[in-house]
Amino acid sequence: MGDKYEPKILALICTYCTYTAADMAGSMRLQYPPNVRIVKLLCTGKVDVMYLLAAFRAGADAVMVSGCEIGDCHFLEGNLRAKERVAHAKVLLDELGLGGDRLEMFHIGASDAPKWAEAVQKMTRRALELGPNPLRGRAMAAPQAASGRELST
Amino acid sequence: MIVAERKPFEEIAEASAGFRRVLVAGCGTCVAVCLTGGEKEAGILAAQLDIAAQLNQREQAFEVGCVERQCDREFLDELAPQIEQADAVLSLACGAGIQFLAEKFPEVPVLAGVNTTFIGINDDVGVWQEKCRSCRDCVLTLTGGICPMSLCPKGMLNGPCGGSDDGKCETDPERDCAWALISARLERTGRLGGLEAIVPARDCRNALPGKQVHPAYERRYSAHE
Repeated sequence: MGDKYEPKILALICTYCTYTAADMAGSMRLQYPPNVRIVKLLCTGKVDVMYLLAAFRAGADAVMVSGCEIGDCHFLEGNLRAKERVAHAKVLLDELGLGGDRLEMFHIGASDAPKWAEAVQKMTRRALELGPNPLRGRAMAAPQAASGRELST
Repeated sequence: MIVAERKPFEEIAEASAGFRRVLVAGCGTCVAVCLTGGEKEAGILAAQLDIAAQLNQREQAFEVGCVERQCDREFLDELAPQIEQADAVLSLACGAGIQFLAEKFPEVPVLAGVNTTFIGINDDVGVWQEKCRSCRDCVLTLTGGICPMSLCPKGMLNGPCGGSDDGKCETDPERDCAWALISARLERTGRLGGLEAIVPARDCRNALPGKQVHPAYERRYSAHE
């Protein structure tokens, strides 16, 4: 890797809405930064605070969670739960000194490919402004890293 | 159930900063139900502390452990192998659990990760209400199941003080007067007359630390002592 900082952004997105939008963005040949790594979840209701902290421990520069528009969740309120968990995780990140701005929640409908491209652009800009996660390259290599027991979430 | 809230992160991080290997010990009963100190909360706190330690260039490792109840001897024993490997234990149990852990493992520094707040009920998702002060002299039979010791800021035992105003408390216009609630409840069940009885002043000897033995076990423990 060269000296230039290329943010690594993890996107936890739901299969029904945002993933479809991201897929459509590809079909529409919409341009957006290649810094995002997508993990498709059945529903953002599956997102757990532990996942979000784990991403930052693993060196992610930013994390975005994106579910259906409010009121459109296929599981009725999974996206609302994700919204609350993301808000809580932002507080936890502020507390520990990494900053809650590195994490954001989005709501993107299945037909809204341009909104997905905008969201990725927004998070990439933000990750560039905030600079690299200080744990980058260190977290995974650190032999003393916490070995918290796997949770059955 | 016993309700507790997590201490401010800064306080926890500062208390644990001097230890290299810290066991974050959750408790799977009351504090797990109030989303403060169960296995998940212990995992989250350990992850937070781990990130903070790395940000501050501190060489620390945080292990997570959780037992069903830290206030119970046989469950607490399960933590022994992890405690042996730790320089300190950060307990997320209530005050009773933290003390019992410290008593059982006197060689290892024990840190408190929560403030125990009260005995209460789960009012809604994520909301708890205090209901009992554990005063050892329950008047709930007389007061229609509403506790004046915990709900009245003055702990009035024989009717409201002069500050009761249209069913609200003088300390906070949003707070219901406990005695207004008590009268309404007793009236509804036709038991208002019971309030004629005077409840004597509290026996303040209950400030001593409590200990109780179940009557069925009295013989066993008196024989040992």
